[in-house]
Amino acid sequence: MEFKKFRLCKLFCAALLLLGLILSAPVQTSAFSEQVIQHGATGDDVVELQARLQYAGFYNKKIDGVFGWSTYWALRNFQYEFGMEIDGVAGKQAKDKLVSITNYDKAFVMRQIQEGNTFTYYGGTPQEQQVKKRGNGGNGGNEGSKANPSNTSAVNVPNGYSQNDIKLMANAVHGEARGEPYEGQVAVAAVILNRVEDPSFPNTISGVIFEPRAFTAVADGQIWLTPDETAEQAVIDAINGWDPSGGAIYYFNPNTATSPWIWGRPQIKTIGEHIFCM
Amino acid sequence: MYKWVIIGVLALALTGTAIWGMNERQEKNDIRMQAENNYQRSFHELTYRIDTLHDKIGATLAMNSRDSLSPQLAEIWRLSSEAHTDVGQLPLALMPFEKTEKFLTNIGDFTYKTAVRDLDKEPLSEEEMQRLEKLHDNAGQIKDELRNVQNTVLGNNLHWSDVEMALSDDEPDHSDNAIISSFETVENSSGGFNEEKDFNNGALPASNEEHKFEGVTGERINQKQAKTIAAKAFDLNSISGITGGKSGKGSDVPLYSLSYKKDGESGYADISQKGGHILTLMMQRDREDPKLGLHDAQQKAQDFLVKQKLTEMEMVQSSQYDSVGIFFFVPVQDDVRIYADIVQVKVALDNGDILGYNARDYFMNHHERDIAKPKLTEEQATEKLNQNVQVQETHLALIENDTHEETLVYEIMGTRNDETYRIYVNADTGQEEEIEKQTTTEARFLQST
Repeated sequence: MEFKKFRLCKLFCAALLLLGLILSAPVQTSAFSEQVIQHGATGDDVVELQARLQYAGFYNKKIDGVFGWSTYWALRNFQYEFGMEIDGVAGKQAKDKLVSITNYDKAFVMRQIQEGNTFTYYGGTPQEQQVKKRGNGGNGGNEGSKANPSNTSAVNVPNGYSQNDIKLMANAVHGEARGEPYEGQVAVAAVILNRVEDPSFPNTISGVIFEPRAFTAVADGQIWLTPDETAEQAVIDAINGWDPSGGAIYYFNPNTATSPWIWGRPQIKTIGEHIFCM
Repeated sequence: MYKWVIIGVLALALTGTAIWGMNERQEKNDIRMQAENNYQRSFHELTYRIDTLHDKIGATLAMNSRDSLSPQLAEIWRLSSEAHTDVGQLPLALMPFEKTEKFLTNIGDFTYKTAVRDLDKEPLSEEEMQRLEKLHDNAGQIKDELRNVQNTVLGNNLHWSDVEMALSDDEPDHSDNAIISSFETVENSSGGFNEEKDFNNGALPASNEEHKFEGVTGERINQKQAKTIAAKAFDLNSISGITGGKSGKGSDVPLYSLSYKKDGESGYADISQKGGHILTLMMQRDREDPKLGLHDAQQKAQDFLVKQKLTEMEMVQSSQYDSVGIFFFVPVQDDVRIYADIVQVKVALDNGDILGYNARDYFMNHHERDIAKPKLTEEQATEKLNQNVQVQETHLALIENDTHEETLVYEIMGTRNDETYRIYVNADTGQEEEIEKQTTTEARFLQST
């Protein structure tokens, strides 16, 4: 008797498992890569993670392909609800669970992101009702712009900085130090940031950059050349804390410097063509 | 006949050129005048504001009622900040005008701190009154000098654009320019009043260098040893391609700055002369598409830190920027995160190479710390928060507060209406030391056609 009950139970379990497999089979077509997805990640896996979390009702912000704080809290809630370890990191267990309970229409989601549409991806609501095409009312500022070339519609930025702040600094760095070694460009970006902190200089990035006579590239208009990617990377490194200038607030090119005063400053080091000093 | 035609054409061309030249000249003058007027406005506003600042400080000193003291201090704070902006718009950079700017920053910091304080509970101390008295004197001196300059400028019709010209000249001596020489007088008269080291109200923003590189310990190394360390960090077999040398006397810690460059790849390292610690490491090369996830990259970063003998480090922030991952680590002592000793590591996501490492803050601030137990429990600390903030995560942390003292706090990650905030609550008093809204992602701007 006891034995038979056990067998029945086993059979039942097997049937359930099979049912589960059948149900989830069509979903398996596009699933996560091997990557363990964590805070700060960007790309296709993040898009899928956000879409699946939204499908299950845990995530209600934009599906943008960047694992930010909202995604982090959504994932933790999900882990909590399903009794997993709450670490906010999407490992195998969390990904498998998500794949088994949600549907992911990769083609649909990717198309919306590339076309720049505003959309949601909740389970149980028809897809066409969740899309608001770009240009049809709404944020008019985007009209006439190209479609998004990337698979994500957002980017990581250092806390409190906009892509435009980075662009402005990259312009200054490119104008001042293109042709300098990479560390020389980071050092120039770091000097701008050191000046913002210094009591003797303006308190904003734009204030420091556009202070009359502060930078030759601003005076002669070279700041408006289109910066290359290197300048932008240098700026991001400097904002994230790198400072090869050693805390400098001045630098000059010894071949062209005319002010005797600048030679009197205590020098820290030379990088490329520039001498950095306090 | 031909002669007359040619003469006619030439005459026409000459008139045309003359008219064109006149227009150009006119335009150039207009633009110059516009720039000049901007300078003039900033300068006259600066003198007016310093004058008002002087009066307001005087009024504050004469004031008895505390009710009006706070608004008055806030007003001085606003004026000093505006005056600082004016200075920033004058073509004075590369001219020693720092002391006046430092004065403006000092008065701004001092009045801000006192304006936001509850003066009923904690009135201005005798020491603070004395300091205000001194700031009043300083403001008076600067005001008098600036009014003199203003008089010269107006009386002699002086132009700021001439200052700009004079400063860009090769001439080392600018004393023939009236504006420059009078500004030098202002600067000299303000000399000596920023040497107020004993004042302990945190009004000296440049003074947060308390434990200067105590973390740098060990035997002094020579240049060859430094190059060997760098070669290892750059993943090179020999030190032959590495160039560089000792840092100058302006450096806050004696360093070897070393770099190398070969076929599209470059590297740079700052290595302390004492102990041979790597303080900064940067590598640059072209990268392929990411093949590594942030999680694996984090492991690489952690392994690297262990090689630098930095153990007990906790990863507090990870971000992917295209094909690199940047990780922030802080040391953890008795379960307390020590933010002053933050270390950054940059990992290439195409092959997992370490592209950057920054331990300047770590070596600058790291020292033996005695961390007391918090007086408040986690529950007591979170109770003090705004009711609308939902607490998600809590850690103990050591941060530098407004007055640059290390303070034990509860670091609370909370959410309110889909926004995430990082809140530091003093672990002994329950006071909110700092709140930062977390904005680490931004919608991508689509390029306009």
